[in-house]
Amino acid sequence: MEKFEKFTGIIAGIDRPNIDTDAIIPKQYLKSIKRSGFGVNLFDAWRYLDPGEPGQDHSRRRINPDFVLNKDPFKDAQILLARENFACGSSREHAVWALLDFGIKAVIAPSFADIFYNNSFKNGLLPIALGSELVDQLFSELESNEDCQLSIDLENQVVRNASGTEMAFEIEEFRKYCLLNGLDDIGLTMQHAETIKAFEQQYYEKLPWLK
Amino acid sequence: MAGKTLYDKIWELHEVRRDDDGTALLYIDRHLVHEVTSPQAFEGLEIAQRSLWRKRSILAVPDHNVPTTGLELGITDPVARLQVDTLNQNCDKYGLTEFKMGDVRQGIVHVIGPEQGATLPGMTVVCGDSHTSTHGAFAALAFGIGTSEVEHVMATQCLIQKKSKNMRVTVDGKVAEGITAKDIVLHIIGEIGTAGGTGCTIEFAGEAITNLSMEGRMTVCNMTIEAGARAGLIACDQTTLDYVRGRPFAPQGEAWEQAITCWADLHSDADAVFDREVVIDAQDIAPQVTWGTSPEMVCAVHQRVPDPAQEPDPIKAGGMQNALDYMGLKANTPLDQVFVDKIFIGSCTNSRIEDLRAAASVVKGRKVADSVKLAMVVPGSGLIKQQAEDEGLDRIFIEAGFEWREPGCSMCLGMNADQLGSGERCASTSNRNFEGRQGQGGRTHLVSPAMAAAAAVKGHFTDVREL
Repeated sequence: MEKFEKFTGIIAGIDRPNIDTDAIIPKQYLKSIKRSGFGVNLFDAWRYLDPGEPGQDHSRRRINPDFVLNKDPFKDAQILLARENFACGSSREHAVWALLDFGIKAVIAPSFADIFYNNSFKNGLLPIALGSELVDQLFSELESNEDCQLSIDLENQVVRNASGTEMAFEIEEFRKYCLLNGLDDIGLTMQHAETIKAFEQQYYEKLPWLK
Repeated sequence: MAGKTLYDKIWELHEVRRDDDGTALLYIDRHLVHEVTSPQAFEGLEIAQRSLWRKRSILAVPDHNVPTTGLELGITDPVARLQVDTLNQNCDKYGLTEFKMGDVRQGIVHVIGPEQGATLPGMTVVCGDSHTSTHGAFAALAFGIGTSEVEHVMATQCLIQKKSKNMRVTVDGKVAEGITAKDIVLHIIGEIGTAGGTGCTIEFAGEAITNLSMEGRMTVCNMTIEAGARAGLIACDQTTLDYVRGRPFAPQGEAWEQAITCWADLHSDADAVFDREVVIDAQDIAPQVTWGTSPEMVCAVHQRVPDPAQEPDPIKAGGMQNALDYMGLKANTPLDQVFVDKIFIGSCTNSRIEDLRAAASVVKGRKVADSVKLAMVVPGSGLIKQQAEDEGLDRIFIEAGFEWREPGCSMCLGMNADQLGSGERCASTSNRNFEGRQGQGGRTHLVSPAMAAAAAVKGHFTDVREL
């Protein structure tokens, strides 16, 4: 996994609560056995006017001109802004892969669904939970402002807008450490292999029917 | 010191180690695997040249992509076929237990785990599927994980976890005649919202819950994720033991006696303290129908479609209006005047034998309304299909005009050919009414099996108790 570096990028807003993972990446694209290539189908049913199928030539599809990620400059968005309970629904990690593949590196919302939140960190996508008032403020700035850039500084846990206003966010220390250093969870856990083996020995003595 | 919750007890039993900040390694007993969320995990192991820690913890089955008709043709969609073939190859290569297509034990992963006794009380159960919460009905700590975590469990038998909060939803008293587990859980979601359980493990308790069969308990726990909680739990009792005893993967003889002694402790202590408590009066629960594009958008069947103009919160009102536009519904329409095009009885929520019996008892001697284009029943597993046929349920459905299909996830998420067309309206026993969930532009109303059967007969929603 790549290290999560400080960056400044374009922020795009989708002003809806409860955006679900079926909306982020519809089921027909889950048939892939790869982790890559989902970006063109991110928000497929909202981004295109025609029904989408895997393996299609996407350059020939009818684009929905009203959808934010089809507009300039948001086509190049690196930050997504949304409302409560972002990415609720299924456990599909394809939702994270699709956001990353499109170019999104961070999502800001008042709250996230647990599984998506967890999946994000495993792939280097940063979910930032900000209070509803701050999210309101970002949405109204987006509406009025020409400059849609935001800086994200994970190390110092702040989001900074173009006029220099800072918004602090919370993140668990361990998750932050893994993101900043691009650490692979499995490698970390394997360092405890002996502890796991010792656990198993006493565990199966206690619960032999599970052995 | 306060007593422990059921969640506390299972967690403690499985905690391998814990850091000062609370980040822990949790040991996993059962890993259920299906074709959609596993190929990238197997590939990851291969690239890193890692082996599987405990192969016997894995039970694999293809379910999301499998067709429910014309099985003799195999999977005709080449993309879906490659995914199922990949699962087969991976299971063969590593020597994993898999119920392949054509095996009578094949079915929806959350149906076959309990059916085989592969889900046992006190276990930790994971699967790359959010409806893994189903298995919490057995007092097992069960939750959905992403593909990276699937790979992590395969390689280490553990997950990096932080403990969730303890929440309890108590449904006091008895439900009225004709009210099912699905109505109970939809009502709960309507009360606490789709994010009501975020960050929590929910234990369901109270007379209305303990009175449920294991099938009903699985329906309730299945939809815990629709209330935002990754895991739902119900204490182990005689109903649990009666269901588990004698199943192929369950302990036998002396091991069984040992196990049930240990399982007797699988309940929250009387003095346990929960971070959050919600109490619901069972008498308040009527047959439920969702009207929007989130499971919390739910009403009793005799109510009207809510009006966004009456909602004070502008964000909520906007969400409601989006939902009504997508669903093609007008505010204040009586729900029992909403006509449907298709009926789907199936999914990991409602495809078990009790569900099929409930639906069959409604359609028996009746016909599917002419205005309904398609009514289908998709049993949760090959064994359930067989049992239903032994009981003659298939004849009841077919004579009424239903299609009787082969087991799989089917139209719950429409990864196979079973989908809604754009604008088609469906009474569905599944778990999600999200936009496009059952097919692009499709409109889903979540209901119980009996309510779906009643809608099939009338052509529109109706209170099954008045049929």
